[in-house]
Formats: sequence, structure tokens, C-alpha cells
Amino acid sequence: MNNRNRLPSVTLAASALAMSLLGAAAARAEGLVVGFSQIGSESGWRAAETTVTKQDAKKNGDTVKIADAQQKQENQIKAIRSFIAQGVDGIFLAPVVATGWHQVLSEARDAKIPVILLDRDIDPADKPLYLTAVTSDSVHEGAVAGDWLVKTVGAKPCNVVEIEGTVGASVAANRKEGFDDEVKKQPNIKIIRSETGDFTRSQGKQVMESFIKAENGGKNICAVYAHNDDMMIGAIQAMKEAGLKPGSDILTVSVDSVPDMFRAMIAHDANATVELTPDMAGPAFVALGAYKSKGTVPPKWIETKSVLHTSADGDLQQVLDQKKDLGY
Amino acid sequence: MSATPDPVPLLEIRGLGKSFGSIRVLHEVDLLLRAGEIHALLGENGAGKSTLIKCVTGVHGRDAGTVRLGGRDIAPRTTEEALAAGLATVYQEVNLLPNLSVAQNLYLGRQPTRFGIVQGAAMRRRGAELLRGFGLDIDLSRPLGSYSVAVQHVCAIARAVDAQARVLILDEPTASLDSHEVEVLLGVMRQLAGRGLAILFVTHFLDQVYAVCDRITVLRNGRLVGERACAALPRMELVRMMLGRDLEETVSGRAVAEGATRERIGRFRGLGRRGAVAPFDLDLHRGEVVGLAGLLGSGRTETVRLVFGADKPDAGRAEIDDRPVRLHSPRDGLRHRLGYCPEERKTEGIVAELTVRENIVLALQARRGLLRPIPRREQDEIARRFIRLLDIRPADPERPIGLLSGGNQQKALLARWLATEPRILILDEPTRGIDVGAHAEIIRLIRELCADGLALLVVSSELDEIVTYADRVVVLRDRVQVASLEGEAISVSSILHAIAEGDGAASADAGAAA
Amino acid sequence: MSAAVDAPPRRAAWRVPRKALPQLAALLAILLLDRAVSPQFFHVGLSGGRLFGSLIDVLNHGAPVAMLSLGMVLVIATGGIDLSVGAVMAISGALAASLADSHPLPVTLGAALAVGLVCGVWNGLLVAWLRIQPIVATLILMVAGRGVAQLITEGRIRTFSSHGLAWFGGGSVLGVPAAVVVTAAATVLTLALVRGTALGLMVEATGGNARASRLAGIDTRAMTVAVYAWSGLCAAVAGILAAADILGADANNAGLYLELDAILAVVIGGTSLLGGRFSIGLAVVGALIIQAMNTGILLSGLPAEFNLVVKALVVLAVLLAQSPRLKALGLRRPGARATGATP
Repeated sequence: MNNRNRLPSVTLAASALAMSLLGAAAARAEGLVVGFSQIGSESGWRAAETTVTKQDAKKNGDTVKIADAQQKQENQIKAIRSFIAQGVDGIFLAPVVATGWHQVLSEARDAKIPVILLDRDIDPADKPLYLTAVTSDSVHEGAVAGDWLVKTVGAKPCNVVEIEGTVGASVAANRKEGFDDEVKKQPNIKIIRSETGDFTRSQGKQVMESFIKAENGGKNICAVYAHNDDMMIGAIQAMKEAGLKPGSDILTVSVDSVPDMFRAMIAHDANATVELTPDMAGPAFVALGAYKSKGTVPPKWIETKSVLHTSADGDLQQVLDQKKDLGY
Repeated sequence: MSATPDPVPLLEIRGLGKSFGSIRVLHEVDLLLRAGEIHALLGENGAGKSTLIKCVTGVHGRDAGTVRLGGRDIAPRTTEEALAAGLATVYQEVNLLPNLSVAQNLYLGRQPTRFGIVQGAAMRRRGAELLRGFGLDIDLSRPLGSYSVAVQHVCAIARAVDAQARVLILDEPTASLDSHEVEVLLGVMRQLAGRGLAILFVTHFLDQVYAVCDRITVLRNGRLVGERACAALPRMELVRMMLGRDLEETVSGRAVAEGATRERIGRFRGLGRRGAVAPFDLDLHRGEVVGLAGLLGSGRTETVRLVFGADKPDAGRAEIDDRPVRLHSPRDGLRHRLGYCPEERKTEGIVAELTVRENIVLALQARRGLLRPIPRREQDEIARRFIRLLDIRPADPERPIGLLSGGNQQKALLARWLATEPRILILDEPTRGIDVGAHAEIIRLIRELCADGLALLVVSSELDEIVTYADRVVVLRDRVQVASLEGEAISVSSILHAIAEGDGAASADAGAAA
Repeated sequence: MSAAVDAPPRRAAWRVPRKALPQLAALLAILLLDRAVSPQFFHVGLSGGRLFGSLIDVLNHGAPVAMLSLGMVLVIATGGIDLSVGAVMAISGALAASLADSHPLPVTLGAALAVGLVCGVWNGLLVAWLRIQPIVATLILMVAGRGVAQLITEGRIRTFSSHGLAWFGGGSVLGVPAAVVVTAAATVLTLALVRGTALGLMVEATGGNARASRLAGIDTRAMTVAVYAWSGLCAAVAGILAAADILGADANNAGLYLELDAILAVVIGGTSLLGGRFSIGLAVVGALIIQAMNTGILLSGLPAEFNLVVKALVVLAVLLAQSPRLKALGLRRPGARATGATP
């Protein structure tokens, strides 16, 4: 309906003809209605994901209904049932846990509503029940960070300290694995200390402080790798308070690419960050559109790109401007 | 089993010694207990009775001496081990669980089971049978806490005896029982002794000692004074052994209050609270002792709580110095210079882990308020003064009050209120659970305080005591004030008459006991 | 008789160090252990006008928990518990960070402290007037409080650039980090408040026997409200310190689980969860023990997976050292020696 208003010169007959000619493509233009069961807003990244999803929908002329589950699976299941009852065109699901989805996803399949997972995967046994999963590869994120470090230090010997995410979190384990594997290939690079910073700024700071004390006032440390930007921001503070110059005395590389990290890089306090894009919905909309219009079945896993941003980039300010209003 | 006296003692304690830190509390004490006898263990507060019992039953370790049971050395480290050896103990404060049923309490830790499942019905049946032997016919599935302290006590004894004990130790079992219940209990004791049990009986009631006991052991200041056959020991001699001096005979009838000023301090009209006590009138005068008499549960405690402000009245008014005042909280009472020593020393009186000094200054500090702390030196001075004045032992102001004997705790509580220089002092059962010596001292104190111009309101079950010190006696029955006796009219029999109101049969018994 | 009367002062003088012995010994032992895993542990230098070293880290990072324990120890002494302090930290930190760049510092601090006080009074009223069990009453704010903090920060890390507020994280007085100075001042203030007035005696009496204390004329309700209010205030200060430390308020993580550390600090400090006798100084020592342990684990380079196990073992050891039963075994000899030495 809105489209017609925007196209005042097109006659009714012509538009009817065009619709019949273009067939499914016209349906695409009419806009999809998508239900998005979001986990909650426990972190800035998640808030950004929600914002970007809304922006994507608006750009495409689609409608997205967002249900905030406040970290509870039961709320997500309720939301999905309500989406099914409303007869949406597709359901995006950012699952809070990996298991327990079989029943409700079967209901969606029976109602012929495709489900696309965002950001996280579920139990492999339920693979037939969803169309595709759009996620990043957190092992790859670690590898990108490791690769940057390897290239940056070249043949110089380099002692690395690593600030890990929460013990037991799969993201932490994966980002460690990717980075460590990449770095281990180089005889000149050594990971000398590794401790958990629980993904928080204050723990990141405290861990870095202890690394500095334990490694001769930080003189033995050549680079620090943190599993997320928040811990790195804390670590940068610790280095500054110890009279060190982060970014030059000690190289930094972390993952996530939150706006504050861009501010740090602009201030030359940090060197590099690997982006975990909040735009999981973008590829999901594309895949859903193609599936609805042409029946194209997407691959089971759509991997988002793990873009590397460094302080040498010329567009840091632009990226920051883009990101700063996303709700990080 | 063996009605004939056994020459070999069943329980033989020799040279028992015990110290707490540097303080020696027991010096080479001997005690012989024969099968089938009831043996009284007597002594003033602090004589070492409780410590002796605790050393024998494994609560405390002992520093010296031997304990032989049936000719075998025993050294229980816990009360469970003592029980397994055949030594059962029942304390003054019932150590059972009020929120469990009577049956569960009786068989706690030794429930009859089948295939690991507790046999509830069997437990209740056996328990009912057991309690009937003690003259108790109650519903065993109800929580123990829903019954009176007396019933709880009998249950505790029944539980102990049922556990195949050879020696039963009773630590002041009758302190909280009424006269009928006491008779039941004494009967039970005789019956148990007849079965060959040896009973060690700790009490403050000399009547009961002479009623049931065969032999008496007296301790004083942690030392053995002597062991005598009951029949061969006149009361005066017993008291002399306990106190180490002759006790002043209590004079019955109080010297007429000279100085007939009768200045009124407190005036209460129509004061009452639903479910506690019916509206009553009461006047309190300077230098006067008003006794409050009545049976257990007659509303005596409820009355004094309303006067003090511990509970909020829902009717009536109070005047102090002829000015209307609001007495709705203990703070109100404190502000108007009232003091209240409650009956339940442990739960409402002392703060066990605080020191004697801190307990004494507590009310005074509350009256001065948060921002005017009593300087430590003044606290020390106050504590020392009252420790000396009331002869609180041990005379250590820094000792946690929970470690003192009941009588000394009571004195410290008295000190707490005296330190606030009250005008009206309320004492609820001030001599309960206290030995003869402390008893006499407390009564002497009451008289002295009265001479100093205090108005005293004293609740007591000891009628002969009330008669000795009261100027006026208010009698309660079933939560209603039924009589007020004055001057010449005060006597044990007149009070009893008022309590019973003509129904003399019950009161004659109690009168004989008193 | 007279000897017995003379004895108390000497014993009272003895009691303080002896009571504190297990905690001080534990702190010393852990510090020495830290020294063993990290040779430069006791080295203190100067960096940017601020003292710098692992020992300073222990004090600096121990500050929030020490702050919390100042309030918690009083609450526990009355026989209560305050589970909400972590959430109150998050609220006050969030508020401070949100106001810092648009309002003068006194307004920012005042608002953050006030919100903590309000939270504390709320807890106190629930416990004292509505007679809700403390663990339940404070659980309400523990759960809801973090949500409130998230509302204030809109779910993200709220950073600020106010130098005034930042001073509490990076500033110093004569080289001593601001957080340490603030906490030390708060400790002295709490001690003055508690031991300089009759509050300490009244709290101990209330915790030891509330019924008896009420009958002795103590306003136990007002007392209860007061200690929860103080706990809220202390939590607010801790929240400000935590926000200043990372130059931002992290509503999701600020003070998370710190209520448990604060309770642990109080317990390590020898105060019984049943209420009664308490020690403010030893609660702070307890907080330092916990932090010395955390710092030591970080310095040791032990794999992160072992952290919690090591922590648990150390806490167990410290608590065992205080167990009355073990004490009876271990202290019998020193006790005898003490008496023997008395001429």
C-alpha cells in the first residue's frame, strides 16, 4: 500500500500488470513480515544487533517484530508461538541456549514458516528444523587477530599476554584456539601468560595490572590479546596507569569492534580489533527473501565476515560515526 | 530388679577436677550413686553442680579423676556416648525441638524403622504407651511446642528413660512445673528408682529433696562438703552445709511501713489487652512492695508487661506522678523510669555472649541514647559497684554473662535496672531457679530497695516469700484481678483462698507444700 | 577475690591481638605465598605520582569489597544479611556515570550516595517493619536493582570523561590511590560511628538477643534500619569507586557477586552469621585476604580454570583456622603459657 503512494504516476492497471509479470518479485517488494526473538539486551553488542536489524528491515521495506526474551528460553518459545499464530513470513531466532528447541521449531516447520538462527547455533540434531544459521566463526576471529599480530611483529621476538573470556564460554575457548593456533606457528612469538578477565572492563584491567607486575613492569610484554574489546579497554587503562604507552610500548589486538575501541584507536591507544558484526540480520533478510521469492535454499551456515580494523585505517572516524548510535 | 541395696556403687566418681582457663571450678569431688536410690546433689549457685554433671556426661572434658559405671571406667566425649554407656541427662531447659511432633521428639535419632522407612504409627503407639506411664495422655502427632513447658519436660524425661538408661541425671527438672506436675514427676522418680535406676537429682526445692531422696551430696565452691543419708540430716544442718553459715530465719509479716506518706508514683486505670489480661486498676506507691500472685497462666506476667510497656495495651490509661503517660514500648517505660526484670532470663533477659559489664550498662545506655555513650571507665565503675553490691560471682566484669550461673545472671539483670535508678521496678519471678542463699539475698535486696524509696511490683509463685515482703498483694485468676490484700490481711492462706476463691481442696495441698 | 577483680584489664589488653591472630596470620601467610609466586610482590615504586606495585593493587582492588564489608559487618551483626549490595553498587555507579559529564561533581556524588541510602532504607524497612526475612527482603533489590541500573545505562557501558569522578579511580593522595584513601577514611568513620557512640554495643546486643535488647529499652527497629541504610551507603561508595576505576558504569557486571565476597570477608573476619559480636577491622582484613588471594592467583600464572578451586581451598583453610573446635585443640597450649606467664 505504501509503495503505491510512493509511485503516484503508475496506473492501477499498469501496476497490476507489472505485478503479474514480476510475479514473486513483486511480493518481495511488498515487504516481508519477520518476527525476531531476541535474547535480551545484556550487552552493547546485542543492543546494536537489535538496532541494526531494525535498520535493515526499514531499508528493505520489510517489517520486523522484535520480542525481547530477557534471557529466558520460555519467553523465546512463547514469542515464536505468537509469531506462528500471526502468520509471519519468517522467524529470526537468537537462541539463548542450544537445546530444547525441537518442539517449537517443529511447530514452525508445520506452519511452513522458515526459521533463521542469528548469532548462535543450536543442537545439530535440530538442523532440519531451520533454514540457515547466520553466525560468525569465533575461531576465525581469533585467527584473524593472530594473523595481524604475526604480520605486524615480523621476525622480531614477541612475548604475548592473553586476557581470556569467561572460563567455560565457548566464544572464549574458540577465540583462544584460533589465535593460539595462528601464533604457535611462529617460533618468535610466545604466549607467556594467560588469565581470565570475565569479559569485563574491571577484570580486564585487574588482570593486565598483574601481568605488568609479573613481567618486569611490562617490559617483557610485547603484545596483549584480549578476547573482547571491553577487557582490552580495561587493559589499556592499566597500561596507562603503569606509565606504559599502549599501542606502541605494547601492541594490542582484541575482538568485537565496539565504538570505544575505535575511539581508543583514533587516540593511538590501541592497534587492532576484529569485528564481530552486529549485522547478522542483513544476510538473513537476503536469504529469506531469496527463499520466499525464488525458493532458493541457502547453505546451512552463512558465515559473517570477520573484518579487521587497525589504527592505520583511514576510515576509523566514519566507522565510529556509523557505530556510535547503534546502542553499543 | 534389685530392691536390696547394692554394696557396689553403680556410678562412682572419684577425685574429679576441672578448670576453665586459670579458674578451678571443681576440686577433687567424689560422688557415689547406688542402684535404686534417689540422690540429691545440692549446693549454692556456682557450687559446681552443673559442671560436675557436664564433666560426667561428656559435655566437658575432665582434668582429673575417674568415673566408673558398674565397675568399668568410662570417659564419654559426647552426651551420645554417655547415653550409650547408660547415663541419661535431662536439663532444666528442655533440649528438644518444639517444631517437631511429640512422637518425633521422643524417638529422634532412634526412630523405629522398617526397610529404612520411619514407622510413624508404631512410633506414636509406643510413645503414647510410654507417656501414659508418666500420667500424660496427649496427642503425639502435635508439635511439642504446642504443649506447656511441663509437658515438654516430662517428654524429655520419658525420652531419656526409654533409652535403656541405668543412671538418670535430672538437672532442676521441677523448676518450671506446677505442684501437681511436681507430684507426678516425683512419683515417676520413685517408680524409676524402684526399677533399679540410680537418679541424681539437682534441685533447689528442699521439700522435694526430703520427699523423695535417699541420700544427699552437698557441694560448695567446687568442693565436696559431704554426703549424708537424708533421714539423718535436719534441714538447718543441710542449709548450714550448703551456705557454710546459718541462714537467718525468714520473718513472716513485714514491718509496718513507717512514714505514712504513701506518695503515689504510678496509677493505672482499666489497663488491659485482649487475649492477655482483662482490664485492671493498679496503684504503685513510693517505698511499697506490691506482690502479684496467682497460678501459672493467670496473667501475672501479662499484667506487668503492660505496666512496663513491653506490650501495647488496647484499653486503659497510665499516669506517672499524676500526669498521663504513654507506655507503649519498653523505651517508654525506660523514659518514665520503670524497670523490668523478665521471667525468661535466657530469652528475654541476658544477652549471653556479651560481658557482665555490657549487660549491666545496657538499659542505662539505652536511656542515655545512641549519641551519649557511657565512657569505658564509667562502665567499669558501674559494673564493679554492682558486682560488689549484689555479690555477683565470679567477680569478673569481662566474663560473658552466659557463663554465669542462673542466680548470678539474675543479679546482673537486677543490676542492669538498678543502674538506671528506676522509680518503679518490676521483678517477674526474681527467685526462680535460684538457690537458697541467693534467694535470701534477693529478698534482702528487695527490702533494701524498697527502703530507698522504690516502688516494687513483684511477681512470685512463692507465696511465703510474698508474705514476707509485700505491703499489698494483688491476686489474679484466669487473667482477671480477683483480690487485693493489704497489711494484716496478707497471709499465705488468705492468698490461697483468693486464688481458689472458696474452693479450698486444691489450695490445701499447695499450702502444705509452701 | 581481689586478684580476680584485678585480672580483667590485663586480660582485656590480651584479647584484642589474640582474637585477631588467625586473620592476621592468614593475611601474612597469603602475602608470603604471593611473594613466593611473584618475587617482586613486595616491591613498591612510584609511577606518575602514584604508588605502584602488587601490594598497592591488593589495597586498590580490595577497596570495593572492603567498602561493602563495612556495611555488611553491621548488618550481619544484627543477625541479618544484605544480598543487594552488588546491585546497589551497579545503581550508584550507573547514576554517577550518567550525571558526571553534565552535572557538577558534588551533585553527581550526592545523587549516587543518596540512591544507595534510599536502597538501604528500603531494605531496612522491609526487614524491621514488615518483618520480612533479611535474605528474602534484600533478594528483591538484588534482582531488581541490576535491572534499574541497566535502565539508567540503557544496557550499555556508560562512559564518562569527568575528571572529578575519574579521580576516585586514577587519583591519589600523597601517592596513595584514591580508592584506598576513601576506603580507609570510610573505615575510620565507621569505627568512629560504631565505637564512638553506643551503636556498637546496641548492635551487638540486638544481634545477640533482640527480645532482651528491646526489653532493655533499645530501639531495635531503628537500629536495624540504620545498619541497612549504612550498608546501602557503603555500597554506593563502592559503586562510585568501581565506576571510577574503569571510567564507566557497567550495569551488567559492576558489583556482580561482590555481595558474596563481602559476606565472606565478614565471616573470615570472625563475625558470626547468627549475629552478635563483630569486628569492623577484621572484616576489612577479611576483604584484604580475599583480594591478596585474587591478586596472587593472577600473578601465579596458574591456568584460569584453577582459580575458583584454589580460592575455595584457601578460604576453607582460613575458616578452619577459626573453627572453635580446632581452636580448642590448637590454642590450649598457648593459653596455658599465657596463664603460666602471669606472675
